[in-house]
Amino acid sequence: MIRSRGVVGLAYLIPLLFLALFFFYPLFSILTYSFAPEGVLDWSGLYKLVGSSYYLRTLWFTIWQAALSTLLTVILALPGAYVFGRYQFRAKSLMQALTTIPFVLPTVVVANAFTAWLGPRSRVNLALMSLWGLERAPVDLQHTIWIILLAHVFYNYAVVLRIVGGFWANLDHRVEEAARTLGANPRQVLWQVTLPLLAPAIGAAAFLVFIFCFTSFGVILILGGPRFATLEVEIYRQTVNLFNLPLAAALSVVQIVFTFTLLWAYTLLQARASVPLDLRPRHQTQRRVVSRRDWLIVGSNLTLMVILLLSPLLALVERSFTLGGGGLRYYAELFVNRRDSILYVPPIQAVVNSLGFATVTVVLALGLGLVSASLLAQPAKGQSLRRLQALLDPLLMLPLGTSAVTLGFGFIIALDEPPLNLRTSLMLVPLAHTLVAFPFVVRSLLPALRGIKPSLREAASMLGASPLQVWREVDFRIVGRALFVGAVFAFTISMGEFGATALIARPQTPTLPVAIYRFLGQPGALNYGQALAMSTLLMLVCAVGMVAIEHFRVGQVGEF
Amino acid sequence: MKRSFIISTSIVLLIMVACAPTPAAVLPTATEGLALATQAQPTATRALPTATQAPPSPAEAASTEPAVISLMSHDSFNVSEEVIAEFEAANNVNVELLPSGDAGAALNQAILSKNNPLADVFFGVDNTFLSRALKADIFEPYTSPLLATIPDDLELDAEHRLLPVDYGDVCLNYDKAWFAEHGIEPPANLESLKDPAYKGLTVVENPATSSPGLAFLLATVGHFGEDSYLDYWQSLRENDVLVVDGWEEAYYGQFTAASDGDRPIVVSYASSPPAEVYFAERPLEEAPTGSVLADGACFRQIEFIGILRGTKQSVLAEKLIDFMLSKRFQEDIPLQMFVFPANQTADLPEVFVKFAETPKKPALVSPEAIEANREAWIEAWTETVLR
Repeated sequence: MIRSRGVVGLAYLIPLLFLALFFFYPLFSILTYSFAPEGVLDWSGLYKLVGSSYYLRTLWFTIWQAALSTLLTVILALPGAYVFGRYQFRAKSLMQALTTIPFVLPTVVVANAFTAWLGPRSRVNLALMSLWGLERAPVDLQHTIWIILLAHVFYNYAVVLRIVGGFWANLDHRVEEAARTLGANPRQVLWQVTLPLLAPAIGAAAFLVFIFCFTSFGVILILGGPRFATLEVEIYRQTVNLFNLPLAAALSVVQIVFTFTLLWAYTLLQARASVPLDLRPRHQTQRRVVSRRDWLIVGSNLTLMVILLLSPLLALVERSFTLGGGGLRYYAELFVNRRDSILYVPPIQAVVNSLGFATVTVVLALGLGLVSASLLAQPAKGQSLRRLQALLDPLLMLPLGTSAVTLGFGFIIALDEPPLNLRTSLMLVPLAHTLVAFPFVVRSLLPALRGIKPSLREAASMLGASPLQVWREVDFRIVGRALFVGAVFAFTISMGEFGATALIARPQTPTLPVAIYRFLGQPGALNYGQALAMSTLLMLVCAVGMVAIEHFRVGQVGEF
Repeated sequence: MKRSFIISTSIVLLIMVACAPTPAAVLPTATEGLALATQAQPTATRALPTATQAPPSPAEAASTEPAVISLMSHDSFNVSEEVIAEFEAANNVNVELLPSGDAGAALNQAILSKNNPLADVFFGVDNTFLSRALKADIFEPYTSPLLATIPDDLELDAEHRLLPVDYGDVCLNYDKAWFAEHGIEPPANLESLKDPAYKGLTVVENPATSSPGLAFLLATVGHFGEDSYLDYWQSLRENDVLVVDGWEEAYYGQFTAASDGDRPIVVSYASSPPAEVYFAERPLEEAPTGSVLADGACFRQIEFIGILRGTKQSVLAEKLIDFMLSKRFQEDIPLQMFVFPANQTADLPEVFVKFAETPKKPALVSPEAIEANREAWIEAWTETVLR
């Protein structure tokens, strides 16, 4: 028993070791280098931070746009989560995969999809112009806060849909029925029973969305235009364009401290909000779409998803076939190395590279995430464990709230000596992806793990199950679903990630997003057409990958 | 409980162990010894120029593994496979490419890794970043014999730490079809854009985040002078100029000739029209876009290469520099990167001869002035145009 506890303790060290090596060490290296390049503190770069109200305003904008984006996303996606949690219908897993696709698309491509969909010469605007006899396009969201909010909802809808929907599916419907029987009206049931029970999942999802919007980069720069800036944008400008490392580092510290404080408060609240529940298998909680009311609820939510999430994607796909001459022309061109270029990327190779990085990321993120979540969900008997958990949870999430530029440059300074000379190693790519992906796995798992009634584990123990058997037969069964949600996110994060890896030197292993950006780097219809074709390919590979993960079953895991 | 953790632990560790010692991490040390062996070769190959193309004899091939030389660059770097293969075969070396982000990000990484360089040779410092690179002292001087083929006005570093390799002109492009259709004359020079007839027609890149954006700002500084370039931008603002973050978004997001956007004038390159012809869906007789090449309307971006200080492969690095300045590599540049070769003996491809024009008098701003004022100019510009 003592030995087993020792091994368990060692296992818990792995996520910490991982973070220490690939997050804190590079982070501290770049921060020390930035503040004291010659070993002496250099304050000159920092005068501007104190001297101008600009950075304060930037911080304020960063916070409020993220809060508003999160609120909108949660409000719009909660009904969808209900539909996915409580109903069974055809095409559900396809819809689930399709709604997650925005997550992987490069911002430049999404920006073009939005222009095709809502831009001055889009069908929507042309139709409205002819309908109302207007001279100018009535819908003009370009470079406004509205397009930022819309894009953030577009990107993050799936986070709420999946995390809350997955949890909802296992929530005991009898609790709500009991409340109804006791005389509560539907609104009371919603506010006093359902939402409080869902709170841990909603909190986890909202929190992830907030952090994503808080560190938003591409959406702000490209869709929002140059009048908007988040801290992340400012850090990028100061680092890459102006090379003012002290100022960039100071802004990074502000960003990290803010994230940590928020995380810490969130962790406290969340630990309090979660209660052990009687989680049920989904076949008991979900029903078929039968009544007219059912049809209305499911239909209206699916319509919203189609309009909000799928129509820009469809605009892209359509474009890839109809642009210029049309047909499969750009797809065929993908397979031709016209210029005998050494950097030509055969599409199959890009798919293989992307899938390879994504697989390693999924494995690493699930392993690290499972261990971390188990540690965090342990019923805390002692004060010390509780304190450790309260500190550990925000630390594990911190990579999400850290500037990709800062961390990328940290890798260059820190990981330059054997045995950790990873600066130009291929491994750096999945490692960087894992840093972003494994907090997602943790957040997906925690609500389910914390919801497991201790009595279930105790009963299994009493009946003679070893700790391993208890874990396998109780915990693993129940969190299997959440594990798949985590796997899907790890997969999509890795497939679509471009920002962090674009900043680090890497040998020739282009992924699909890299190939897309390479096409967009030069003028000419063929380049644009091929970028669209490659984007369609990226969407297709992701959809197939996600459906495959959905249908992947080991024994009965995931059936719950 | 125990075993599952051991399993997951060992999986994670196995992956980390299996993947950590990558070729890139291992090779530099392995090749240190080989550098000596390869150093002996150059004299042999120079003495027998005809022999360089011949494959090495079986005995030689067996005795010397190819050395590795790494070339760090921005992401727009490109070259024909065949051209690099020639260099590799002639020198028994493998060239490892390290694309490292955009021009600014790549240079900053090179500066950050000064004490333990990431690569041997760096491609793609431009004249807007030249002073930053020289100040950081990360390049070794090398006076290549091929500098003789490069015009003096491209050489900006007298000590030859950075050698000019190519150049391109940032200027306004316009959509010929749009102007024909609307019966408006295309812009003739920078001043045209102030004309109310051009209201709402122009899209430019933000100089704070985009390299052509900065180049165009520098053109206006050079052309109008430091005292009045802001007045020019003020009138552009009044004429409803649109500012976007980067070239991709301007060209593929807003430019009428290439997107769903509604702006027929864009800041791009003088080499974009030939690229439009080259990458057209069907053969074109005429470029669909034109460039505004009036005196002072363009800014010439010159790109440089250099040997990173601290390389253990100096001889090979010098050979790589010579090769990149040679006719063979230089003639490959136009169609791979859509810029002009620095080497004046290099012949241009047909599509460049027919469709590429170069401005006679680009606006001039010295690298020192750029480095000293970059931040101030960008900030003043931001105040004037965006706030």
